[in-house]
Amino acid sequence: MMALSKKMLEQEPSEIEMLLPWHAAGTLNARDARRVEEALANDPALAKQYAAIRGEYEETIHLNESLGAPSARAMQKLFAAIDAEPARATTSLPLSARISTFFASLSPRALAWSAGLGAIALLLQAGIIGAVLMKTQTATFQTASLSTSSSITRELGAAAAPARALVRFTPEARVGDITALLDSYQASIIGDAKGGMFRLQFDRAMSQDELASLLGRMSREKFVNLAVASP
Amino acid sequence: MSVTQAASDEVLIARIAQGDRLAMQVLYGRHHVRVYRFGLRLVRDQQAAEDLISEVFLDVWRQAGKFEGRSAVSTWLLAITRFKALSALRRRKDVGLDDEAANAIEDSSDDPEVAVQKKDTSEALRECLTGLSPDHREIVDLVYYHEKSVEEVAEIVGIPENTVKTRLFYARKKLAELLKAAGVERGWP
Repeated sequence: MMALSKKMLEQEPSEIEMLLPWHAAGTLNARDARRVEEALANDPALAKQYAAIRGEYEETIHLNESLGAPSARAMQKLFAAIDAEPARATTSLPLSARISTFFASLSPRALAWSAGLGAIALLLQAGIIGAVLMKTQTATFQTASLSTSSSITRELGAAAAPARALVRFTPEARVGDITALLDSYQASIIGDAKGGMFRLQFDRAMSQDELASLLGRMSREKFVNLAVASP
Repeated sequence: MSVTQAASDEVLIARIAQGDRLAMQVLYGRHHVRVYRFGLRLVRDQQAAEDLISEVFLDVWRQAGKFEGRSAVSTWLLAITRFKALSALRRRKDVGLDDEAANAIEDSSDDPEVAVQKKDTSEALRECLTGLSPDHREIVDLVYYHEKSVEEVAEIVGIPENTVKTRLFYARKKLAELLKAAGVERGWP
């Protein structure tokens, strides 16, 4: 890196060296600024040149600022010329310009109020959508203790006095396992877990013996800890 | 609809294209000093520089509908200013300058030798900055004072980006030579 600045003026300047003025003015993109920073940290001669550039930068600003401002004559001349221009046929602004103009015309307070109202409108909309969804899904349930991505429930049939049971699944039971189990037994979960027990309802009425036999079989399933009849 | 300070330059240009005088006043208020200073550094005459900014902003009034927003409005303004300043220099029959001659001439009123007697380096530096050729002065001003990127300078001056970089490097080299001649050592080169 030292060699970088050694060749200053004797040879063609390096890319980094040529970027130094823009680094001083803060107009480099992030990537180039990082490259220049690294080079400056590793090359004292380059850093010395950069210090000289900072001086040039400051004095150039000072020099330009000392040039003063134009008199009012320039503005008068301009607007007299504009007044003398032929009337312009007005056409509608492009959509992007109309949107920009609209927002630009709002005061910061008006913008803040608009943003707040927009947020409230969004919340109301979300609430209405949620309520509608809840109404249309009155007969379905979902486990509360399991993180599910798919439903483990089924629509209830209209059969009279279907058999019911309380079931505790094993901790390693996954949603897919439980869903498959419920399918195979034609059952649905109708109540959330209380003490780890889910209330199931079968799709038909059963005699006590039939239910006991079925629950015995269910208890032996890999993902079931306990299955007992429920009123 | 009133024009607020929050309106961006691009919005102002869109409204100027619709004939909005108020938007024109706001844009003028924002940029006329920098445009004037850039023009003054090119034409070196206050009266001519004032005429120049009237012409520049009148062009904006007329051409606003053609502004496509590919560059910043300030970059567009400086490009128009430069074009009009060079045209004005060409018209100066009394001075008899053409483009090359104008570029070749350095400011005779700012002899680097004079800077030897200046009290400090800063003053000498300003003297030498004034003594640069128009090409060099222009690029130094655009980068340092107007804070234009390599791409923007290339657009304003109408030269490739690599030329922008090398031109500024050699402008700085020339500045260093002028300072050295004026007895100021800065440690570079």
